[in-house]
Amino acid sequence: MLRVYLDHMATTPVAREVLAEMLPYLESRYGNPSRPYDLGAEAREAVERARERVARLINASPSEIIFTSSGAEANNLAVRGLAEAQKGRGRHLVTSAIEHHSTLNAFRSLQKRGYVVNFLPVTHAGEVLPERVEEALTPATTLVSVMLANYEVGTLQALREIAEIAHDRGVLVHTDAVAAAGNIPVDVEKLGVDALSISSHTMYGPKGAGALYLREGLRIVPLIYSGVQEEGRRGGTENVPAIAGFGRACELAMESLDRVERVCWLRDKLIEGVLEIEGVELTGHVERRLPNHASFIVEGVDGEALMLALSFEGIYMGNGTACISQVLRASPVLLAMGYPAERAQCSAIFTLGRETTKREIEYVLSKLPGVVDKLRRISPLWRK
Amino acid sequence: MGSEVRFVEGEEIKADAVEDVVYRLCPMHIMRLEERIKELKKGEVLELQTDYEGALSDIPEWCRKTGNELLGVADTGEYFRFFIRKRVD
Repeated sequence: MLRVYLDHMATTPVAREVLAEMLPYLESRYGNPSRPYDLGAEAREAVERARERVARLINASPSEIIFTSSGAEANNLAVRGLAEAQKGRGRHLVTSAIEHHSTLNAFRSLQKRGYVVNFLPVTHAGEVLPERVEEALTPATTLVSVMLANYEVGTLQALREIAEIAHDRGVLVHTDAVAAAGNIPVDVEKLGVDALSISSHTMYGPKGAGALYLREGLRIVPLIYSGVQEEGRRGGTENVPAIAGFGRACELAMESLDRVERVCWLRDKLIEGVLEIEGVELTGHVERRLPNHASFIVEGVDGEALMLALSFEGIYMGNGTACISQVLRASPVLLAMGYPAERAQCSAIFTLGRETTKREIEYVLSKLPGVVDKLRRISPLWRK
Repeated sequence: MGSEVRFVEGEEIKADAVEDVVYRLCPMHIMRLEERIKELKKGEVLELQTDYEGALSDIPEWCRKTGNELLGVADTGEYFRFFIRKRVD
């Protein structure tokens, strides 16, 4: 049976080149980067080489990169660290209703500490309208955080416009670029953002490494207290193998951006085929979406049931936020986009990778109608 | 220990360079101080900004040991501004 992995928003395989970069730091080069002797120095060099590579991917300076354990930690550090560093100026914050849980829950934690947070609504296509951001700003606003691309529906946000609006009012801007980085060009200068989160394991790097870009000169309150690591901004001995792999993954991501048309073509082929099934709707923006992202509502078919049924055919896809409640099954992102709960639980997400082939897409299209039909026959959600 | 800290308003002292380590974890205040002082000319003044209260004892002690002069400390309420003149001899 063919194995077709189309859940690249959840995670990606580790590229062979990435693994090769990591192995020496799991074997003989095990030194602590904080040590002055040669074993420490070679580990430190690996971390600094990775910092340069990560910075290059997003057009930043190496000193503007803070390594973290994940994209989620980078989001937490940005939201909590920037809000706390600016609390003397104000305690009002702005974000969107469709952010990743790591962002939403970081903001909720600040609400408990006396901050006022606006969770902005989105359009039916999942867009955060820049004018909504403008309306939300007050003299007490210190931070706006809006994701660059949404994990569940692939919609790209007008970050540059949002950043311009916020900066006109002296408000800092953070973006979660975890879903975007490696799939589309991400340039901190062109976006005009002050902080940006990325993750290793969604771009063919290992799990356990992420990074926050923080514009030179900005202050941030750390989340993890220790000493000199990451210039006193994030404590804990560096995860050298994962960071080294992350750096190599960023280099590979830059190279792969030239080949994005192929992924886009396969994605469109998939969308075209899936939409031929009765009762299927594309979610997210038709054009302004990630090139590898195809997301649908398959009417009458519970997203999780579809995910499991397809896995028995060797097809791996996603059904929305990984940490969604088993009881409240509807996707919060789709609910925020205005879908009723019974449709929002029928989310099906296919995210392609660099290794995806035409044969694999054809295999998915050959299996999907039958699986959907089978599930609908036993579904209380399907009334035809 | 034993070094006296002289609190000043800060406005009366002109710094030749500013190093901001506000919210950076200890010992970044001493590491950055050592790095930046090396870059200054003799007699020039560095303003080091830190929120770390331990700096109130560390930096006077560091100045005493290295022969650099602590001109004073201004307290902004959010962080301290240390004014350090690089030794001239």
